[in-house]
Amino acid sequence: MCLAVPGRIVSIQGHDLDRTGRVRFGSVVREVNLSCVPEADVGDYVLVHVGFAISRVNEAEAERILEHWRQMGEEPQPEGATP
Amino acid sequence: MKYLDEFRSADLVQNLLRAIRSAVTRPWTIMEICGGQTHSILRFGLDELLPREITLVHGPGCPVCVTPVELLDAAGRLARMPGVVLCTFGDMLRVPGTLGDLFQARAEGGDVRIVQAPSDAVRMAQRNPDRHVVWFAVGFETTAPATALAVKQARMLGLENFSVLLAHVRVPPAVEAILSSPSNRVQGFLAAGHVCTVMGTAEYEQLARRFRVPIVVTGFEPCDILEGVLHCVRQLEAGRHEVENVYNRVVRSEGNRQAQALMAEVFRPVDLTWRGIGSLPGGGLAFTAEYERFDALRRFDGACDDLARTPLPEGNGANREGECIAALVLQGIRKPNDCPAFAVRCTPETPLGAPMVSSEGACAAYYRYRHGQAASLTVTSP
Ligand code: SF4
Repeated sequence: MCLAVPGRIVSIQGHDLDRTGRVRFGSVVREVNLSCVPEADVGDYVLVHVGFAISRVNEAEAERILEHWRQMGEEPQPEGATP
Repeated sequence: MKYLDEFRSADLVQNLLRAIRSAVTRPWTIMEICGGQTHSILRFGLDELLPREITLVHGPGCPVCVTPVELLDAAGRLARMPGVVLCTFGDMLRVPGTLGDLFQARAEGGDVRIVQAPSDAVRMAQRNPDRHVVWFAVGFETTAPATALAVKQARMLGLENFSVLLAHVRVPPAVEAILSSPSNRVQGFLAAGHVCTVMGTAEYEQLARRFRVPIVVTGFEPCDILEGVLHCVRQLEAGRHEVENVYNRVVRSEGNRQAQALMAEVFRPVDLTWRGIGSLPGGGLAFTAEYERFDALRRFDGACDDLARTPLPEGNGANREGECIAALVLQGIRKPNDCPAFAVRCTPETPLGAPMVSSEGACAAYYRYRHGQAASLTVTSP
C-alpha cells in the first residue's frame, strides 16, 4: 500500500496544487501531481505514490550508498571482525 | 528501472550479508513495520540469507489488514445505497467484513470501482454530477497527503457530490503499542521508509529514547533492507538506541513539509481501533472542522453507527474471525505459517483474514513466496 516508484519528470505544467507533470517509469509515462515537490524539475527523479510525488530522489545520495556497498566488497572481512 | 535494479544487485547483497555476519554475536529480534518491506523480504528470501542469530518479525504495516471491520461494513453499506459510487484501491475488495466483502456488495447491485489514486475519485465526481462519489480512503501517512489534496481540489471545484470514508491510520501509535505490550519481543525496528518520507523522523526519536530501542529508517529494495538490518544490529551489539536514516536518497529528517501542511489543514489525529491490534490513541485521522462536510459518515448518517457504539475489545478483533490468528501475526508474536489455517483453509482465493487478502499482508507474502518461488536478485554487478 505504501508502494512508491521512482520515475523521471518529462514535463511540468500548472501551479500550486495543480502543479502536475508527465513522469516516465521505464516504458510507461504517467501524469503525476508535483505540488509537494516544488524543488523538482524536468529531468529529476521523483518518488511517486498513488499519482502523487512524495519526494525528489537525491541522486548523489543514491550513488554514495551504492559506492559504499561496492567498497564493502573490497575490504578484507575476517570472520568475527567488528567493522 | 533506475533506482530499483541497482538496489537488487546480488553482489552488493553478498557484501552486506558479510558485514552483517561479522557484526552479529548474539540473537536479536528485529521488526520491519511496513508490509511492503515484509513483501520484499519474502520475495527475495532475505530472511533465509541472514545469519541464524537474526529473527525478522513482521509488523502491522498493512493498512488493508488493520482497517476496522466497522469501517469495512460502512463501506459495504454505502456501496449498496442507490446513487452512490464507492471508489477504493483494488486490495480492499476482498477483505472480509461482517457483511461479506465489497465484491459481495457489488454482486448485490452496489457500485464499487477500483481506482489508482484519490484524484481519480474526484474526477469521477466531476463527470457524474447525478451520482455521489465516496472515496474509501485507506493507507498510512504515505497516502494521506494524496487524499488531503483530493479533498482540497473537491472544495475548490465546489463539488457537492464527493465525500470520503476516512480510514487513514498513523504508524507511531502502533509502534508504541507494540513496545508497551508485555508480550513484546522486538528489540529493534526498521521504520517504514515511505511513511518517513512524508513525516520525517521526529516522532521516532521520542520512541527510541523512551523505549531504548534502535529505529532505523529503511527502504524497500533488498540492499536497503539489509543496510537497515546492519545498522540495527550494530546499534544492538553496541547497546545504542538511536534513530538512524539509511534511506536518505528520499527521506529527509524533517520529512516533506508541503505534504505535512496539506495533512494538517485537512486532518487531525483521533483514537482508532485497529483490526487485530486494538484501540490506539491517535491511531487514526479525522477531518478538521473546516473540512468536516466531506466526511461520508456525516453525510450518510447511520452508515457506521456501530463504530461509535461498539468499540472492539482491546488487543482483539480476532475473536469474530474464528481460527484466524491475524491479531498475533500483526503484532509480530506469531508467524503466518504458525497459523493452523494457513494454506489449508486460508488461501488468497479463500481468505479467512485480511493478511491473506492484501498483497502486503504477511500471510499472503508467505503463501506466495514460501509456497511458490522467491524472486532472484539482479546478477550483473552495477
Ligand atoms: S493464514 Fe489466514 S487464517 Fe491464518 S492468520 Fe493469516 S489470514 Fe488469518
